[in-house]
This record gives sequence, C-alpha cells and structure tokens, in this order.
Amino acid sequence: MTTRTMWRFGVPAAVTAGVMTLAACSGAGTGGGGEATAGGDGGESVELTLATVNNPQMKDMEELKSTFESEHPDIKVKFVQMEEGDLRAAVTADVASGAGQYDIVTVGAYEVPQWAQLGWLTNLSPALEADADYDVADLFPAVTDALSVDGDLYAVPFYGESSILMYNKDLFEAAGLTMPDHPTWTEVADFAKQLKTDDTAGICLRGKPGWGDLFAPLTTVVNTFGGQWYDTNWDAQVDAQPFQDAVNFYVDLLADAGQSDPVSYSFTECLNLVQSSKAAMWYDASVAASILEDESTSAVAGSMGYVHAPVEKTTESGWLWSWNLAVPNTTKNQVAAETFVKWATSKEYQQLVGETLGWTRVPPGARVSTYSIPEYEEAAAAFAPLTLDVMNAVDPKMPGVSPQPWVGVQYVTIPEFQDVGNQVAQLVADAIAGRTTVEDALAKGQTIAQEAGDKQK
Amino acid sequence: MRKLTGALLSGFTWFWILLAFFPIGWMVFTSLKTETDAATIPPTFAVPLSFDQYREVWDRDFAPYLLNSLFASITSTILVLAIAIPAAYGLSIRPVRKVQDVLFFFISTRFLPVAAAILPLYFILKTIGLLDNVTALALLYGAMNLPIAVWMMRSFFNDVPREITEAGQVDGANLRVEITRLVLPIVAPGVAAVALISFIFAWNEYFLALILTSDAARTLPPYLASFVDGRGQFLAVLSAASTMAVFPVVLAGWAAQKQLVRGLAMGAVK
Repeated sequence: MTTRTMWRFGVPAAVTAGVMTLAACSGAGTGGGGEATAGGDGGESVELTLATVNNPQMKDMEELKSTFESEHPDIKVKFVQMEEGDLRAAVTADVASGAGQYDIVTVGAYEVPQWAQLGWLTNLSPALEADADYDVADLFPAVTDALSVDGDLYAVPFYGESSILMYNKDLFEAAGLTMPDHPTWTEVADFAKQLKTDDTAGICLRGKPGWGDLFAPLTTVVNTFGGQWYDTNWDAQVDAQPFQDAVNFYVDLLADAGQSDPVSYSFTECLNLVQSSKAAMWYDASVAASILEDESTSAVAGSMGYVHAPVEKTTESGWLWSWNLAVPNTTKNQVAAETFVKWATSKEYQQLVGETLGWTRVPPGARVSTYSIPEYEEAAAAFAPLTLDVMNAVDPKMPGVSPQPWVGVQYVTIPEFQDVGNQVAQLVADAIAGRTTVEDALAKGQTIAQEAGDKQK
Repeated sequence: MRKLTGALLSGFTWFWILLAFFPIGWMVFTSLKTETDAATIPPTFAVPLSFDQYREVWDRDFAPYLLNSLFASITSTILVLAIAIPAAYGLSIRPVRKVQDVLFFFISTRFLPVAAAILPLYFILKTIGLLDNVTALALLYGAMNLPIAVWMMRSFFNDVPREITEAGQVDGANLRVEITRLVLPIVAPGVAAVALISFIFAWNEYFLALILTSDAARTLPPYLASFVDGRGQFLAVLSAASTMAVFPVVLAGWAAQKQLVRGLAMGAVK
C-alpha cells in the first residue's frame, strides 16, 4: 500500500473502526434503557432514567442529584433533558405505549389529570402519606387540585408559577407614572401607550402561535374579560362577545404599544427585550422575576417592579402552571422512583438548593413553607410575597366569571385542546400580523373548538 | 469594460459567499459570548470572548451523543453504499425489465411522511426490544436514504461509456471485476457524493432520533434541542453545542470536496 493510498483509504477506515468500537463501548448499539432499569425493587443497584424539561430548576436538580445518590448508594439517576415540545412527544409515546423507557417523567399540569384517568401514572398518595416527614399538606392547594383525580395525587409539583405584571421602575419614574398593586387592563393599556417610543415597547406580550405560547397569557385575558373556551355544556364560546372583546383588546394593545413583530415573541424573546430595557412592561410567568433579579445575568436587576396580573371583571387573573414529577405505571423501579420523587420535592431539597446554589434558585410555587424560609424571603423579597399571594388566590376550578367543566386556568384539560389551542392561536396570530380580522379568526376558531367540545358531551 | 464586469462579478460572488457564511460565522461568534451578551438587543460586538460555553457543553456529556451520531451515520452510509451500488448497477449497466417502474417504486417509498409511519415503527421496535438502540436507528437511516442513493448512483452509472464494460467482457471480466475494477473507479466521485449526502441526512435526522431513543442511543440533534431553554437564556451555549455538532460534517465535506464537486457535476454534460 502506498503512502497516498494509505491516507486515502487507511485513515478513514481506521477512524471508522475506532468510532464503531467506541460507540459499542459507550453503550451505543445496545438496548441501554432495558439494561439500566434491570433489577429494581429487589434490593440490587438501580439506575433510574428521568425524562425532564430543560428549565433552569431541572438543571439544578441534576446538579444536586449526587447528594441523593450518596444518601441512597443503591440508586443512580440518569437525566434526559429535552425541550418542552420534544418532551411532550417523547414521553407521551413512551407512556401511552407502555414502552417503559422512563422511570420518572416531568409532566405539565395539563397532562397529569388526563394521564391519570387513562391509568398511565402511579398513584403517589399512598407513598407520600406513608412518609411522616413528607408534608403533603404543605404543597400549594391550587396546584395539587390540578394534579389530583378523585382526591389522589398522581404527580408532585417540582415548581409552580402564576403570571404577574412586571414593569421597569426607571421608565415609569421618568414618565411620571405610578403602577398600582392591582392594575386593570385598561390602566395597563393606557400606561403602555404613554411609554411606547420608537425603540421601546410599552409592553411585551406573547404573540407566537401555540396553546402554550400566545394562548397562555391570552386565555387569562379572556377569563378576566368574562369569556371562556367552553360553557358547562361543552359548547364553545370562542366567538362569544367577551372572548371577542378580549382578543380585540390584546391585538389592539400589541398594535398600539407592543413590541415589533409580536408573532415571533414568546417568553424568552420578551425576557431578552426587558433585560435590554427595551420594554416598559411585561405580562408573563412569575418565574421570570427570579431571572430578572439575578444580578449575575440581568442588567435590570433592582430596577423592576412586580404587581398582580391585570384584571377587568375578576379580582385575580393569574394563570397556574406547574412542572411535576410523576412515575409511569410501566416502571420496574417504582419504589426507587418514588423515593427520588419525594427527595426532589421535599423541604430538605429546597434547603439544599438555597444553601448550595443560592436562595433565588429555590424552586418556587410548589411548597407554601418556601415563602417562610428567612433566607429565601430576604433574597427574593422583590417578588416572593407577590408570588405567594397570587398562587394562593388563583382558582383553577373557576378562573373566570362563569363555571367551567374542567380544572385549569389557561388551558382546557381535554386531549383535543393542544390541537384546538394551536389552531386557534395560529388564527389569532394571523390577526395580530394583520393577515385577517379578529372576527374572522374567531369564527373559524369557534368551529374548531366546537368539534372538540362535541366529543366531550 | 471587461475588467469592470469581472470586478463586479467577483464582488457579487464574494457578497453571496459572505452572505452564505454569515449564519455560521455568527453562530461561532455567539458561542464565544456570555449568555447575557448573546441575548443583548441590539447585538454587541466589543465583548469579552471565552470558551466557557464549550466547556459547559462538554460537561453535559457531549461525547456519548457524538459517538451515537457517528455510529448511526457511518453505519447507515456503509449500508446504503453496499446496497445502492449493486442495485443501481442492475438498473443502469444491466437494466432489469420495467426499469422505470422499479425506479418509481424506490422513490415512492419516500412519499410517505415519516410522521405517518412513526407509530407502527415505534410498536415494532418496542415489540422486538429495539427501542433506544443505535443499530436500529442506523438501519432505519439506511432504509430512508437508500432510494435517493439508488437514483443518484444510477445517474452516475448511466454516464459510464458502455464500450468500457463491453471491452472488459471481451477480455473475460466477470461481473465482480466489471463493477470493482472497471466501473467503480470511474464513478468514484459519484460514490463520494452519495456517501456524503447519505451521511449528512443521517447526521441531521431529528424526528426518529427523538421518538425512538431515550438515553443510550440518543444522537446529537435531539441533544442539541435540549439546550433550548423555555425559561431562561440559552443562545450562547446552544451556539457552542451546534458548532461542535457541525464540525464533523464540515470536516467530512472538506475532505471530500474535490470528489464531491466532480461527483455533483457528473451527468451535467452529456
């Protein structure tokens, strides 16, 4: 073989062979999931696979898992982090088919009651109540209401959130404006128009199509304007006057005083805009406050104010969301999985986060007692009392002015809602972008929503 | 006038080159910033740069995902070449009956969206215990890329002068010698092009890797998406992970560029 031939064929062949060998050694090519979860509750060593959304709080959990593993030397925990949409697709396929690739899954509040009713999740109440040290009553009642079926808990909140209005105090002071603690949407719209300049948005609101994007804040606006997705007979109310008023208000507010190109904005885009002082107000998840107040990463730390979600016809209008840990019925390691779930949602874990990573990084909105930890109260003074107020005030059973046949604030707890919400969100986004009118969008949305409503009757 | 036209043409070409390179360059630049600087609007340029984000990516177990991607891509590419070359040879140099129907059948297997086949695939793999298995992923990638590879290889074989194979046959060359000694050296650039395209398709495949793997067999594309943080900043670390992920493909493209250009140009002139 000549040197030239060796370089042309020998080196690539050697590299290829090396990759194959390394991949084989690293577990590639084997059914790793099956091997990892072999054994289980028989007392031998166990590796749990945890599928989780990749939010900062979950990354902190992974960082601290070594503490759990040292306390439980027979249990190892492998984290598989995914983006929210990917997590939904992958975990739904796994749990629904009974594939059993995951021992613990992170599930949103929207899915938990549906999956529990389908028998996909383990009832955690017996394990939680059997542990005298695990204070179930300390979990936020509004959150556990949304995670329970017939009084049994099928997931435990890891962190929870509501929605609040955040505003830049410097911009308000410069304009001579004062933000009330309980603003109305009319007041907020008025402030936004006064604060809007060529390079600063009066308010940043989500416009990206998606039931979890645009329709998270917009549904709370609909609720407080007196609208709702369905009445108690599962008749769609999308083209009813209160729903139309709310969407018209939202679209007009974005057009008059919102950020440019709103249909490309969701949480992260608004966060970046506010951190650059390019938006005077932002209505979004309460968890944003802890990011805005982080002095190591935020240029507006200390300059932000936080008040209740704006209202019109209700006294509160915050949403309710939680990321929760659940154990699929298909796990072979139920006891080990429950042990980890209890550890990650315990009061001791919250202390561990505060003492190890910093008190502003304690997962909010899961336990009431978090808000009476002195160090947390001090570190999160700007937003913790408000979050506690809002989380206690939210009523997921009737967030608007009329009764509803499901439990949930910014979503409808039926399987069809993801599709309905996504389709109607796309129509409303078209209205925001000026490609259609709100009336036309909601007329089409009514038909889409009614089809799903009819299936519930 | 000719000089002016040449200069304008050069300027125009450079403009398009820079425009095409800009997203890659911007990704690399962003990967060297801090998360706060990366998220600043409007973008900032005079900021401190570091390799911290690359360290974070590496610390988040980059290597196993890289190895899985390499294994799935290389194995599927070898599989594709092993089947596509004789198949295309049979459809070109020694065509079977109703060759057009056969070719249409091959390409028609690409008409079905992957999403429509995912549930049967999932249940089949679950039943035979091959969920989260990188070899199964490589087989699927091979099957997905095979039709396009057969089509491409056939067009390359069509360009081989028949006189060469006929001369070989007169000299007593059997089928194996005819393919390996006479035809393959002529279509080597085409084989390189097919191999690279097959490798890139497998390397970038996202949907199957997301649904059919969970941990042991997970590849780079779903791993990259895991850096997209719904409740925080992620642009710098995502850029660093993406830069690391595209590096092997760029390297493969660079190594094969001479063959690739010849291969892609094959059949352009009759």
